[in-house]
Amino acid sequence: MKYIDEFQDPELARRLLDDIHATVTRPWALMEVCGGQTHTIIRHGIDQLLPEQVELIHGPGCPVCVTPLEVIDKALEIASRPDVIFCSFGDMLRVPGTGRDLFQVRSEGGDVRVVYSPLDALRIAQDNPGREVVFFGIGFETTAPPNAMTVYQAKKLGIRNFSLLVSHVRVPPAIEAIMRSPSCRVQGFLAAGHVCSVMGVGEYPELAARHRVPIVVTGFEPLDILEGVRRAVRQLERGEHTVDNAYARAVRPEGNPAALAMLEDVFEVTDRAWRGIGVIPDSGWRLSARYREYDAEHRFSVTGIKTLEPAECRSGEVLQGLLKPHECEAFGTLCTPRSPLGATMVSSEGACAAYYLYRRLELTPATTAVSPEASPVA
Amino acid sequence: MCLAVPGRVLDIGERDGTRMATVDFGGVQKEVCLEYLPDLQVGEYAIVHVGFALQRLDEESAKQTLELFAQLGMLQEEFGDPWEAAAAAGGAPWPFDDEPDGLDVPAGAAPHGEVRQEEIRK
Repeated sequence: MKYIDEFQDPELARRLLDDIHATVTRPWALMEVCGGQTHTIIRHGIDQLLPEQVELIHGPGCPVCVTPLEVIDKALEIASRPDVIFCSFGDMLRVPGTGRDLFQVRSEGGDVRVVYSPLDALRIAQDNPGREVVFFGIGFETTAPPNAMTVYQAKKLGIRNFSLLVSHVRVPPAIEAIMRSPSCRVQGFLAAGHVCSVMGVGEYPELAARHRVPIVVTGFEPLDILEGVRRAVRQLERGEHTVDNAYARAVRPEGNPAALAMLEDVFEVTDRAWRGIGVIPDSGWRLSARYREYDAEHRFSVTGIKTLEPAECRSGEVLQGLLKPHECEAFGTLCTPRSPLGATMVSSEGACAAYYLYRRLELTPATTAVSPEASPVA
Repeated sequence: MCLAVPGRVLDIGERDGTRMATVDFGGVQKEVCLEYLPDLQVGEYAIVHVGFALQRLDEESAKQTLELFAQLGMLQEEFGDPWEAAAAAGGAPWPFDDEPDGLDVPAGAAPHGEVRQEEIRK
């Protein structure tokens, strides 16, 4: 247990691990949905501390990673226009579109700005009435309410030179799609804690019952992950499949009612494509009819986009938990954080980036002999 | 981006008819929208994501999380300069006219505009 001393409370971590080891009698496969959880797991070697019978499969919970190439290319096209100030969170700067990224667009003269909050983009629109300000609205249920509020504010304040390029996605339909896949091995889920801070847990009991999988709402600190695994394994060993909230300090069953009301006003559920996975029914949001005038896709008529996914990139399989990052032939060779093929190697929450940063020297010689950059942290 | 960071409300005001607060994240201060937690008071802690308070958090949990994030460099990730981080990740010289000349940050090195650790741990 070489990493256990690095835990915030090593004694508690040891007790949780002992309990998991004592409980497990046969193999179980759990999927952590949130990319932040994946990073915690790899960073602290939690997967190596767990009994061999407990396998953690990394889920599609990185909003940057699942944003479709077509949407990235639309962003790049809009951001290249001279009349546009394009605002984004910093995570998107190096996500590769077909041939380039937002960082390169700025190098070529595009006015790309990074904001901390979507409201910062709205302020930029107020300060620049002669320019069109577009905000790149990606993210799961945690990020959608802030973006919804920003559009609501734009309308309330009568700000006309602001719009949103929307690619919001929802977690429960993704869980549904994963469970329906014939190749699915997942037997239990660690649900993303902050998504549930907003949405509550109301969408999960039916999913858990129908697919007979325990769903444990889990935070993303190391001890949170261990506790989530402990509760999921306990359920599996007992043959139970219920929803359990292991992150009660930040998740109330009803979620955040004010945020939910705003989501319902500004957005409506729609089918969404997930990068590398394809279209998942009802898995996303778009602006509702009342706010359609703030949709950047309509405003800029971004059409005729031809996308080209790199043939070597297998991030779609990684995002579905069918392939571990280092099992991809391009991992660490053709694909590195400096020269990524796909978003999973770029995003701070991407599974490939986590493996590259924290586990590189433990991989096969073929993957460790290359890429002098990025020393491993562990 | 999905990271949400606990912070403490320092003061509360209004902008464009919207309830806003100054929130302290272990030394880094940001303007945060309180519309989704309208009864949050000065001195309380909340989980904040992209400038919005989303859920109350007790003081002890908040302080523990902040300490952990500071140790792991995650506050740096959240509040540091994303352009310099992106430049460092790409490994190429600084390509823009309006920022430090010839910045050639070795991969893995602390970016030029980092949030100072003494600020974070204050």
